[in-house]
Amino acid sequence: MNARGWWMIALTFLVALLMMILPLPEWARPFRPQWVTLTLIYWCIALPHRVGVGTGFFLGILLDVLTGTLLGQHALGLSLVAFLAVQLHARIRVFPFWQQSLAILVLLIIEHLFALWVMGAIERRPPGLIYWVIPVIGALLWPWVFVTLRDVRRRFKVS
Amino acid sequence: MLAVALSLVLMVLDHRFAHLQQLRSALAFVTYPLQVLADLPVTASLWLQEVTSSRSELLTQNEELRAQNLKLSAELQKFESLQAENIRLRNLLDASYKVGDRVLIAELSAVDLDPYKQQVVINKGAASGVYEGQAVLDADAVMGQIIQVTPFSSTVLLITDPSHSIPVQVLRSGLRTIAVGSGRVNALDLPYLPTNSDIREGDLLVTSGLGGKFPSGYPVARVTRVDRAPDNAFALISAEPAAHLDRSREVLVVWSVTPPSKPLDESDNEAPAAGQTSEAEATQDNTEDTQ
Repeated sequence: MNARGWWMIALTFLVALLMMILPLPEWARPFRPQWVTLTLIYWCIALPHRVGVGTGFFLGILLDVLTGTLLGQHALGLSLVAFLAVQLHARIRVFPFWQQSLAILVLLIIEHLFALWVMGAIERRPPGLIYWVIPVIGALLWPWVFVTLRDVRRRFKVS
Repeated sequence: MLAVALSLVLMVLDHRFAHLQQLRSALAFVTYPLQVLADLPVTASLWLQEVTSSRSELLTQNEELRAQNLKLSAELQKFESLQAENIRLRNLLDASYKVGDRVLIAELSAVDLDPYKQQVVINKGAASGVYEGQAVLDADAVMGQIIQVTPFSSTVLLITDPSHSIPVQVLRSGLRTIAVGSGRVNALDLPYLPTNSDIREGDLLVTSGLGGKFPSGYPVARVTRVDRAPDNAFALISAEPAAHLDRSREVLVVWSVTPPSKPLDESDNEAPAAGQTSEAEATQDNTEDTQ
């Protein structure tokens, strides 16, 4: 447990949050992957004793404020995903990449499903089928996210 | 599971009551640097463009702006006399009406928010006196209203968001109704007009000023489609916002001069009346001069 490790984790989360609001061209906007969720899942799997439900909840609140959604909408999904990722971390760690991607896909879909329920509950017009492409993009991106964050973790000896 | 319960409670509170606005504003203060960072590439490129633009470009632009300025001031002359006339006529009718709104120019931040909500961030906040519920315009028409204020930035809900409604009036017939956002950036719905109402394609909708959020008389949208199905009590009407919701970068934040919800008392009425009579006299003088 060193202070430097905390800074590194916080920095990756900040970058993920930044990528959630970075301006994209109009056609690409509906396809923005769930960067924060991916980063959170990685840290939950790699360091389950340090990153967990609390981190997920806090990140979710920040994301809600940042993107102007209902306060708690992302917090709900992210804390659930963090809980599942911490529970399953020992299993997911030993999977090969493609199998990991599938497990991540399930987690991403769960987060999306909860966001959809919230949107439905407050009577917003539900988004179309394109909504379900986002977790697939996230799952396809997973190997790169995993390798990048693993390198970051090893380089800066975060443990 | 505490987190789940907590987020559920937060969502209910946020949806039903307004108490969480302060918490949100406080947290928005934390996330503000992120927004600045996300906006940085666009701001930097604009700045670079400005710095590297050539002299001839600037000259042409200057010339264009001069021409435009001349045209606008010519129009303004006409507008001023019309305004004075309007105030005089309204005085005769004993109707209280104050023309003249204070505006503040703000710039959009290049920040993408939730793609399922129509909202944008501008770079002026409470430090400039911006408050919640204030109307926001672009050069052409009404864009939306402010829903969240932090010291240096604020969030604008566009008129096309499905949760946004704006009281409007058909300019041609004076018919009043409500325009509801459709969720698409180029369309508003007018769901509350019966099939036999006097509205056509191409009609301009302006703010009616009812409800007190938006100052009256600003253009909102142009009717694009009127569908009168005989078996339906209400006509299906859609309109296209006149503001460039997806293109404008400069916006105007408006302070409406009349506080609408509070009844006007005597002292409030006195001051403008005095101003109005003097203006009316001034216009009379002008007409005498021309005669």
